[in-house]
Amino acid sequence: MTDLLQTTDLTVRFGGHVAVDGVSCTFRAGELTAIVGPNGAGKTTYFNLISGQIPATSGTVQLMGEDIGRLSPSDRCRRGLGRAFQLTNLFPGLTVLENVRLAIQAHRPVSRALFSMAASHTALTTEAMSVLERVRLDGVRDQPVRELSHGNQRKLEVAMLIALDPKVYMFDEPTAGMSADEAPVVLDLIAELKADTDRTILLVEHKMDVIRTLADRIIVLHNGALVADGDPADVIASDVVQEAYMGKELADV
Amino acid sequence: MLMTLISGDRPRSRVLTLILLAIFLGLLFAPFLFPGVRSLETAARISVFILLAASYDLLLGYTGVVSFAHTMFFGMGAYGVGLASQQMGRGFGALIVGSLAGAALAAAFAFVIALFSLRVRAIFFAMITLAVASAVAVLVSQLSQITGGEDGFTFQIPRALGPANRMGVFMGVSITGKILNYYLIFFMSLALFLLLLRIVNSPFGRVLQAIRENDFRAEAIGYRVVRYRTVATCISAAVAAMAGSLFALWLRYVGPDTTLSFEIMLDLLLIVVIGGMGTMWGAAIGATLMVLAQTYLQDLMGSAAEATEALPLLSRLLDPDRWLLWLGVLFILSVYFFPTGIVGRLRGGH
Repeated sequence: MTDLLQTTDLTVRFGGHVAVDGVSCTFRAGELTAIVGPNGAGKTTYFNLISGQIPATSGTVQLMGEDIGRLSPSDRCRRGLGRAFQLTNLFPGLTVLENVRLAIQAHRPVSRALFSMAASHTALTTEAMSVLERVRLDGVRDQPVRELSHGNQRKLEVAMLIALDPKVYMFDEPTAGMSADEAPVVLDLIAELKADTDRTILLVEHKMDVIRTLADRIIVLHNGALVADGDPADVIASDVVQEAYMGKELADV
Repeated sequence: MLMTLISGDRPRSRVLTLILLAIFLGLLFAPFLFPGVRSLETAARISVFILLAASYDLLLGYTGVVSFAHTMFFGMGAYGVGLASQQMGRGFGALIVGSLAGAALAAAFAFVIALFSLRVRAIFFAMITLAVASAVAVLVSQLSQITGGEDGFTFQIPRALGPANRMGVFMGVSITGKILNYYLIFFMSLALFLLLLRIVNSPFGRVLQAIRENDFRAEAIGYRVVRYRTVATCISAAVAAMAGSLFALWLRYVGPDTTLSFEIMLDLLLIVVIGGMGTMWGAAIGATLMVLAQTYLQDLMGSAAEATEALPLLSRLLDPDRWLLWLGVLFILSVYFFPTGIVGRLRGGH
């Protein structure tokens, strides 16, 4: 397996507070890594450093051997880093189809076409529809996103990421707030993506059953630092994780 | 064919379609439907302001960028044509050179302003445009040897477009160069309006809307937001300058009051908000209403004041000098009752 993504001593400080503390980690193609840790452990901040929403104080991010740590979020995305967000983060006034089409055309020259009608690019629409079918949103293609249910917005968030066709998929609690009968659609999709060995998947998730079934590997963040890294079964059983989640005193009991 | 012309952007409301058709036909046949100098004046002004408002809506309504420099760009086109006609002598050559130079200058200014300020934050861009527009307005009034200062200057347009060029009578209306000039302005405005309509419905236009909706996410899925905003600003500025060129061609005069004034900037904001932000059709309806109100509200109030002469307070409130007060009231009411603009209201919901 080749190394796709690598962070070295990645650190960010907000004033005196160290939110991510020297995290060095390598993510390989074909591997699904779950990132766990209690609230405030720095998981989302770690994601923000990788995808470029927040500049790192020190340390590097490498994608396929190239240092991307100084690039803008859009340039990182163009190089194959795709990110879905924890809080739904879509284009609320546009339709479901339009949202996915925008993700599909994002890395293509057609985005600079000024004088042709968007509707005339039927190939884009066809591609967008096939992505929408995968997340079972094809029935609501013409609804404005702000009128979608929360569950459907979460699915669309995943659809946007699939439409980008990235090398690295970053999911930040993709099933948060979804009902028990909606979540499997998203989880099945992630399992499908995992079968593609060219890619790597990073998944921030709290639900241990999800992690057990999907993850090849777990890393644990605690107070911004990487405290455990390894096989899911071993890591979940280890003392570090019990401590991180429940505090030292409780874990000792 | 028609769908291609309007880029598939249907009005999506029967009433809206009828209003737009009425505006279009009214302007197309204005010299014959409403003969007279004043109504032709109004029709030409409506044509130009529809284009100007549409170019502003590309920025405000579609890209979500607030600019206060739009009349500056408008003025650059107007002064371009005025100065070119003055220096090169009357002729179509001067018109073409002047309007292209004005548009190029406007786009260049827009590019520099955008490059310096759009990187930071949208509000910063608004403030910079305000500062630059004020500075340019002061500069124009100071450089009176070139620009005519506060008085502006008149210039000559090609003879073919002047009232002395009589070409016979058609449908009881004597066809003069002035009517020819009107049609030049009308069809140029129409062509540029349709071009803007195409741009907002292109894949590029969709990206602009995405940026307006959520610039953070647009950046995250790989769009270089600053570049898209910069290009939109330049296009908007160039088209505004073209509108200014047409306006100067119609008035045969350029001056700060007709092109650069902050009042026109406020009118533009009102037009776009009343018509409905983020729809080109809204700009068309808003501009028509605004120009009609500015032209005929005073007349209407004059007759209303006469009719209510017996009533002490009311007749003074209806005095034509108070027309701005009533325009203000109308604006507040329309924003209150149609927060999504006339177009949003007619389409219902959204």
